[in-house]
Amino acid sequence: MTLALQTIGLEKHFGGLNVTRNLSLNVEAGARHALIGPNGAGKTTVINLLTGVLKPNSGRILLEGRDITNTPVHQRVLRGLSRTFQINQLYADLTPLETIGLAVSERSGHGGDWWRRMGTRTDINDEIAENLARFHLLDVMNEPTGRLPYGKQRLLEIAVAIATRPRVLLLDEPAAGVPESERHDILAVVANLPRDVTVLLIEHDMDLVFSFADRISVLVSGALLVEGPPDEVARDPLVKAVYLGETPMSELPDV
Amino acid sequence: MTGMTTPSENVGFHARRTARWHAGEVVFWIVLIGCGLLFPSRYLIMTEILRIGLFALSLDLILGYAGIVSLGHAAFFGVGAYAAGLLALHGIVGEPVLALLVAGLAAAVLGFATSFLVIRGVDLTRLMVTLGIALLMEALAERFSNITGGTDGLQGIVMQPILGLFEFDLFGKTGFWYSVAVLFVMFLLARRIVHSPFGLSLRAIRNNPLRASAVGIPVNRRLVAVYTLAALYAGIAGGLFAQTTQLASLDVFSFERSADLVLVLVLGGTGYLYGGLIGAVVFKILQEFFSTITPQYWQFWIGLVLVTIVLIGRERLERWVMFVPRRAMRALRRSKAEGGGAT
Repeated sequence: MTLALQTIGLEKHFGGLNVTRNLSLNVEAGARHALIGPNGAGKTTVINLLTGVLKPNSGRILLEGRDITNTPVHQRVLRGLSRTFQINQLYADLTPLETIGLAVSERSGHGGDWWRRMGTRTDINDEIAENLARFHLLDVMNEPTGRLPYGKQRLLEIAVAIATRPRVLLLDEPAAGVPESERHDILAVVANLPRDVTVLLIEHDMDLVFSFADRISVLVSGALLVEGPPDEVARDPLVKAVYLGETPMSELPDV
Repeated sequence: MTGMTTPSENVGFHARRTARWHAGEVVFWIVLIGCGLLFPSRYLIMTEILRIGLFALSLDLILGYAGIVSLGHAAFFGVGAYAAGLLALHGIVGEPVLALLVAGLAAAVLGFATSFLVIRGVDLTRLMVTLGIALLMEALAERFSNITGGTDGLQGIVMQPILGLFEFDLFGKTGFWYSVAVLFVMFLLARRIVHSPFGLSLRAIRNNPLRASAVGIPVNRRLVAVYTLAALYAGIAGGLFAQTTQLASLDVFSFERSADLVLVLVLGGTGYLYGGLIGAVVFKILQEFFSTITPQYWQFWIGLVLVTIVLIGRERLERWVMFVPRRAMRALRRSKAEGGGAT
């Protein structure tokens, strides 16, 4: 088994609060892996640790076997680890064309070109067009992102992440806040992500998790509770206890 | 219609569109040259406007594009001014264009060295750090008055002819056209840069640094680069000041110079390169206008104008001012289309 992403004994404290405890995650190459857990379980912290926004107090992170624990955020992206945000993080003043264009330029090593005008490389234009088409954004490519409908912004959020050509993609609640009418588009996009991209899905919505994931890790109070295939996790008494609230409160500290 | 265009060609077309020259831009530069030809008695003030314009263009590069606020941009202006002044005074580099370049580079070195302090913080920290650096430079210039001439400044700068051909004259004619040329070249360079992938990445960083780094943009490196570039521009503006006025004294580093610059840029608008140039014109005209009406209180009125602009918002003001011209253009276009012209 080859691991696309691996954490070994990851720890993160904020003051006296342990938000990530001895977390060892194994995400196999090509997997559709979901990371679930109740509110306050520390899911977003894990994403921030994986992407480099936060530095762990101890432990290691390996991307395709290479240690990236101390690699800066942007270099992790160039090495193939990309993410989407739970709350859209886009450029309000820039158009989808420019947004995707930037991601493609950086990925291909031409992001620092200061003498070349945008739009003058056919290979980059091709790739931008391909990404815009795949996410149904061609018709709005010249609108400032801030004026797009929420569903389109959500698609752009995923499109940007894909435009960096990740080997591992972290999806942070991709359908969060999307109105029912546009939800279908998002789910279709998520379901049709390229198979060679390993996906780690962080999600609240159990329907989405169980229809999508082939492996699930359950995070509770910053520590790994259970890991396994969906049917096994669904039957697990500990998981049931957490989700149905049967566990005594004393065992679930910072919720 | 021109038959089939592939999505890729379409993407290329629209990506290049923002970099295309607009009719308004051509008009702007023609008017600027026209002013030089029409008002030969006003060379000195027009040269000053060009210099402020170039200085404000420098601030626009960091504030308008990368979102770095600065209250100490005079630090680089001052280094450029003293460098150009000293080079001319001691005859180290006699030829003005070359000396100007050296002055710009000297400021760029300071810009690069201090950029690491500036990019660390957020807005308030940046304001204080930039302000502090400018004050530091002013104090240093005062301390080493044997080199800088202290409060008296550098005395007796004599300029050699530009490129060995054009002598500086008493009326400031050479100085004006020299400044036009420098401004135009620097503007072209800035224009090229902001429409490149590098320039676009700066706008991305200003919009959302978190997302910028999440698509692989090396945020800090880009900010260091643009801060250094802006320092180069400010240094050249300062050098131009020393060369055209044959003067450099402590006030090149003054806080007022940095503060006025922010005012100029806000008057003209940030993030489209012309803001600094237009702001410089508006600032100078307002200053002249108000100081003839109320010599003592002109700053009050400029302040009032500034507050009004900021509160009402530039977009709304622009809509009001452009209301009639836009309608006229639309009517014109319509009548043209009805005239049966194929487009």
